[in-house]
Amino acid sequence: MLKIENLHVEVAGKPVLRGIDLTVAPGEVHAIMGPNGSGKSTLAHVIAGREGYEVTQGSVKFNGKELLALEPEARAAEGVFLAFQYPVEIPGVNNVYMLKAALNGIRKYRGLPELGAAEFLGFIKAKAKAVGLKDSLLNRPVNQGFSGGEKKRNEIFQMSVLEPLLAILDETDSGLDIDALKAVAEGVNLMRSPGRSFVVVTHYQRLLDYIVPDYVHVLAQGRIVKSGPRELALELEARGYDWLVEAAA
Amino acid sequence: MSGTTQDVRELLGQKYQAGFYTDIEQEQAPPGLNEDTLRFISAKKNEPSWLLEWRLKALERWRAMPEPKWAHVHYPPIDFQAISYYAAPKSAKDKPQSLDEVDPKLLETYAKLGIPLEEQKMLAGVAVDVVFDSVSVHTTFKDKLAAAGVIFCSFAEAVQKHPELVRRYLGSVVPVTDNYYAALNSAVFSDGSFVYIPKGTRCPMELSTYFRINAMNSGQFERTLIIADEGSYVSYLEGCTAPMRDENQLHAAVVELVALERAEIKYSTVQNWYPGDENGVGGIYNFVTKRGDCRGAHSKISWTQVETGSAITWKYPSCVLRGDHSVGEFYSVALTNHHQQADTGTKMVHLGRNTRSTIISKGISAGRGQNAYRGLVRIAKSAENARNYTQCDSLLMGDKCGAHTFPYIEVKNASAKIEHEASTSKISDDQLFYLRQRGIRAEDAVNLIVNGFCKEVFKELPMEFAVEAQKLLGISLEGAVG
Repeated sequence: MLKIENLHVEVAGKPVLRGIDLTVAPGEVHAIMGPNGSGKSTLAHVIAGREGYEVTQGSVKFNGKELLALEPEARAAEGVFLAFQYPVEIPGVNNVYMLKAALNGIRKYRGLPELGAAEFLGFIKAKAKAVGLKDSLLNRPVNQGFSGGEKKRNEIFQMSVLEPLLAILDETDSGLDIDALKAVAEGVNLMRSPGRSFVVVTHYQRLLDYIVPDYVHVLAQGRIVKSGPRELALELEARGYDWLVEAAA
Repeated sequence: MSGTTQDVRELLGQKYQAGFYTDIEQEQAPPGLNEDTLRFISAKKNEPSWLLEWRLKALERWRAMPEPKWAHVHYPPIDFQAISYYAAPKSAKDKPQSLDEVDPKLLETYAKLGIPLEEQKMLAGVAVDVVFDSVSVHTTFKDKLAAAGVIFCSFAEAVQKHPELVRRYLGSVVPVTDNYYAALNSAVFSDGSFVYIPKGTRCPMELSTYFRINAMNSGQFERTLIIADEGSYVSYLEGCTAPMRDENQLHAAVVELVALERAEIKYSTVQNWYPGDENGVGGIYNFVTKRGDCRGAHSKISWTQVETGSAITWKYPSCVLRGDHSVGEFYSVALTNHHQQADTGTKMVHLGRNTRSTIISKGISAGRGQNAYRGLVRIAKSAENARNYTQCDSLLMGDKCGAHTFPYIEVKNASAKIEHEASTSKISDDQLFYLRQRGIRAEDAVNLIVNGFCKEVFKELPMEFAVEAQKLLGISLEGAVG
């Protein structure tokens, strides 16, 4: 599904990612952990196509296609979804209206007929219920006036509507209390399927109690310094990152 | 065009001696502005002598006025003698009574512009008074409106059929001497729309006029007069489109609204005159005077405008809140892209007691566009307990455009409550990336954000107009991203 090879990325001339290799097969959940400033969010943003990052080497293939050559909206249409760490507010733009434009944009890209208003509304109401998003938030401007928890839940709700093949969760647990965290994890777990993969970027192991990964990778100073099974996360929780960072330096 | 300038001069002389002359061959006045031009227009229109006198007086006053320079716009000097002040479609000699009689080429043009004419409007329940190159060629729903006692016709027709109403109200809101372009319009206006809503009548449908400029080198000088008698209501829609062209054109319309006691007028505009090309060549100069007079107590006038077109827009739809408890509203979206310039806003003049006004202005600047909000809130000594709320927001796209705000507030009564809020923002990369990551194309994402920004204004527009306005913003912003 996702194959990253020797990815080097610079921001304003400074190397941030220094040769990332990562392969994610369909249905797998990979956790990317690491200390602050290790390049975790950069990796997430580069896969999604954010501007401001210069890829100096390497490739990011998604189902055989070079993602780096595609516009962000085309990557989304290919099936890549990024749940943002800080979902931005868009004043005056209705949440449902935005999602309809998004879903129909993706459907158009895939050569599918666009959904009508009534059809779409029925579809999202069911999705909102499944992830526990209040109906009252559906018709509010995107993320405007949402609490931190509501914003993250809105991200998961959008993911459930857009049904991506690869979902990247960028620090989705940050700023959440335990109940909100559980709810968000539950939404993600509902979406796990043999055809859908997840890359979960997180600083803390706590989230992985609820979204149980198949693999854990530790990113430090722009490189994956250690990969392992789920238990690696527990070890990190016990020992911290320093021993790995020192080993990498 | 048949006839030389010489022929026209002779013809004009003849006509003037005769007083009225209806059988005129020329369909376009030769360029130039003098008394003969006014006589030509007046004779074309078969106007009564008082109206010709009115025009002549306006011309005299106009000549004595300096061209205004205070607006935040820049353009080369206009040669008023190079403009032709009257043009009529070829088939205007006898007004068509049905679509079958309308020049098919006209209909074709409308189709290209996507303007739904009779059938579509019938379904939508809207009557259309189409002004094409200064002469109304088509009016619908007259009968239904007539049954309600509503008069909705071309200005020229009103002059013939309702001279007492025209004479009573014409120039009573925007006097001949009001400003340079109003004086010019008063002298040379060729046609426009006239609406009268009788006492206690709610106009049974939204009234809609589409304006269009088509003939080369002919200024468009529309005159609109709407009178809402006591306790009546009318919603009036004005939309403009213009075809591609490469010469600057002057458009100086005057719109006068009169709301008597407890009457309400809602006036909505979507303005999409040709803005010039991306290098700033061509485009319409839109120098418009629009004013509403809340003459009666508890009357209300609401202006909503979406201004996306024209090379230069110079326009301040205003309300004179004369009646006690009267209400004035101004909702505006003004977009400038490429080299467009807009200096627009409103004047709310509070004269009566307990008068209220609301101003919501949204300015969008892209490319090298320059967008100025200019607004005046004046509370007269007599205006006890007047209230105003002003919100003025600017959205910038790119770093070569400009947004300017010139709010003027004059308060002569200490009981007044005035609020003014202003903001300037840019479309952020974060917002764009967020939407694109969701699968929305970059241009669509910009449209979404811009439409969200304009929402408070769009919700004031009638439904179908709101949809049109959103599409228009999208078209006007094409190429503004990146």
